Amino acid sequence: MPHIDLPKEYPGIRSLFMFRPETAAPLNALVQILLHNPHPSLTPGERELIATRVSSLNNCKYCATIHGAIAKHHLHNGDVVEIVKVDPDAAPISSKLKALLKIAGKVQLSGKEVSSADVDAARKEGATDLEIHDTVLIAAAFCLFNRYVDGLATWAPDDLDVYDRMGKQRAEEGYLTPPFKIQPKP
Amino acid sequence: MAHINLPEGLPGIRGPMAFRPETAKPLNQLAEVLLRSENSLTRGERELIATYVSSLNDCFFCQNAHGGIAQHYLQCDMSYIDAVKKDFQSTSISEKLKSLLAIAGSVQKGGKHVTPEQIAQAKFFGATDIEIHDTVLIAAAFCMFNRYVDGLGTWAPQDRNIYVARGPRRAEEGYINFDLYK
Repeated sequence: MPHIDLPKEYPGIRSLFMFRPETAAPLNALVQILLHNPHPSLTPGERELIATRVSSLNNCKYCATIHGAIAKHHLHNGDVVEIVKVDPDAAPISSKLKALLKIAGKVQLSGKEVSSADVDAARKEGATDLEIHDTVLIAAAFCLFNRYVDGLATWAPDDLDVYDRMGKQRAEEGYLTPPFKIQPKP
Repeated sequence: MAHINLPEGLPGIRGPMAFRPETAKPLNQLAEVLLRSENSLTRGERELIATYVSSLNDCFFCQNAHGGIAQHYLQCDMSYIDAVKKDFQSTSISEKLKSLLAIAGSVQKGGKHVTPEQIAQAKFFGATDIEIHDTVLIAAAFCMFNRYVDGLGTWAPQDRNIYVARGPRRAEEGYINFDLYK
């Protein structure tokens, strides 16, 4: 049960966005830029993989599953998402993205864990300053979102089809459109 | 030296914000709503939550920048801010704020660390749902800001009095539309 009185027909962060629209606006504006809007070199699928990986490291069921579903719709590949959650180095993704995911994993632990060697390794694979910046900020932002969702004990659906539907909507529409209602478990 | 090529002369979060104004905008809007907009928690109390979490994350820039602003709002000295960071239970802050700082401390470790007992304690001391919500989100937000600042290897002035001196102006300007270069 959530720690505070939240609208029951919306799961995860959506219930928090309904509860406090004043903070929902900048949070949605942030993910829209970081994950959905056109980017000079990282695809939405790649950026969603970073969000999914960090959420998985933070053990946040709602965020890891929904961003995994969004990534799947962008990439048209669900297998790669599942591998990235557990072991990015084993996934069929570019060496550059692997290096960026390594930086993201360090940020999840703490900003101070990111070393010059991690950044050099990403640069060697062709990562730009903007890509490194956005990777750090996506990872940091999901350290916010994951704590927000779990810190208030929001409910997360168990039904993967629900995430698939929500994921399709977000992949197509981005983060600024209203969510659909979901019937909570009785 | 920062991990990426940031505009020169800007300490802490101001470097990355000048590098990427598109993301700076919602980040500053979030800080404005959480720390400065109308709220039953005072600005000083909210800055204290931000300072405490930044100190748990060992982020020198954020804990001093927000500590300087908190010090201004609370009209206290640096040793009072340091006492809250070190052991808030033994300070003179309200029981309600102590219960909210305990929640913030759990959020810093991970969202799942917040317990129903901590929430019950905060409600017992009069915390509202909005206050609990905002405490969790301020704590979570500083787990982002701190990682953003340190994850890019930004630099920070080491003289803590610089931040105290800046506190009044930062408090007055707020987080939206302030000049990153001043």
